[in-house]
Amino acid sequence: MNINATLLGQAIAFALFVIFCQKYIWPPIIGALRERQKNIADGLAAATRAEGDLELAQKNATAKIKEAKNQASELLAQANKRAGGIVDEAKDQANEERARILASAQAGIEQEINRAREELRTSVARLAVEGASIILKKEVDEKAHAEILDDLAGQL
Amino acid sequence: MAGDTLTSSEYIKHHLTNLTYGQHSDGSWGLAHTAEEAKEMGFWAFHVDTLAFSILLGALFLIIFAKAAKYATSGVPGGLQNFVEWVIEFIDDNVKSSFTGKNNFIGSLGLTVFVWILLMNTMDLVPVDFLPELAKLLGVNNLKVVPTTDPNATMGMALSVFGLTLFYSFKIKKPGGFFAELAFHPFPKYLFPVNLLLEGVSLIAKPISLGLRLFGNMYAGEMIFILIALLPWYIQWSLSLPWAIFHILIVVLQAFIFMVLTIVYMDMAYTVDEH
Repeated sequence: MNINATLLGQAIAFALFVIFCQKYIWPPIIGALRERQKNIADGLAAATRAEGDLELAQKNATAKIKEAKNQASELLAQANKRAGGIVDEAKDQANEERARILASAQAGIEQEINRAREELRTSVARLAVEGASIILKKEVDEKAHAEILDDLAGQL
Repeated sequence: MAGDTLTSSEYIKHHLTNLTYGQHSDGSWGLAHTAEEAKEMGFWAFHVDTLAFSILLGALFLIIFAKAAKYATSGVPGGLQNFVEWVIEFIDDNVKSSFTGKNNFIGSLGLTVFVWILLMNTMDLVPVDFLPELAKLLGVNNLKVVPTTDPNATMGMALSVFGLTLFYSFKIKKPGGFFAELAFHPFPKYLFPVNLLLEGVSLIAKPISLGLRLFGNMYAGEMIFILIALLPWYIQWSLSLPWAIFHILIVVLQAFIFMVLTIVYMDMAYTVDEH
């Protein structure tokens, strides 16, 4: 436990170690540490930025979807309107057609009635003449009584 | 495990004697064979064991750290780099919190101080008889394994730190400012001899307390290991194990204290007082 030149030896060794450390150990490792710190900070900043971008993109996408939806509903409304128009038109046409068919059918029926009436009239006149001739036992001169018969037929 | 031929006091004395190389009283150079012979060698003698172990451990530290530094990458670090970065970041944090000046040399100083002292202190955890007995087989009669139990080692570092603080005090404050700090504080200027005495004592006390604190702690710890080793072999473990576990704390704590104080003293050298 004597104080001797070991002291100096230790001091020299210490000095050399510190110098070596300062030259070859401390700078590269602390440099790597700082650089990694910077990289991580940059990465975090980029992540934050990306988050913002994502939010923006989502907003954009939502707006686009909304727009598309609006357009689609507009188109749908137009189509509905158009379809309604077509149906209405068809209805109108059908009504017209019906009216036309109805009118022609009625005209036909009227004609038929008139014809039947005419037929009936003539046959009734004949029946009446026959009936009268049978009753009078004498032939009625059709020509002489044509005026009466026509009158009769006109009353029917 | 005291040898049969040794008494307890001889055993302790043997364990506390360094392997000393110096000039014998008859004028020839060589290793001292007894503690008395070592004492007679005076100042110009070397503790071979202290120097060898401290330099070996210092080299071990530098080799491992230099290897990590060589392959240091800012990308994903490997296991060794991880460990080395952890240590360096720890030192860097301490420097940042205690040292207010601007000098990137303090980090290297703190790192060397911490790891080197830690390694030297850790030698205390090697069983006390293991390396000395091994050395005896190789014909070396005295071997003190823990460099920090040699005041030469601790004072060598403490005085180096002291020299650095003086250097930076002169450099930063200029000789006039440094003198003013010592002379015009804490009493008014006309009492400057008293101030000089007080501040001078506190200035000198710093390196001495720095070196002796480490030495005293490690010496006491080593001494207790030696005393435990005097007990019968079958009960040694019951005391040496708890003491070793407790000593792990002291090993790290003393290295940490030495490192922090080194940084604080350097900071004091840098700080200009408002006087």
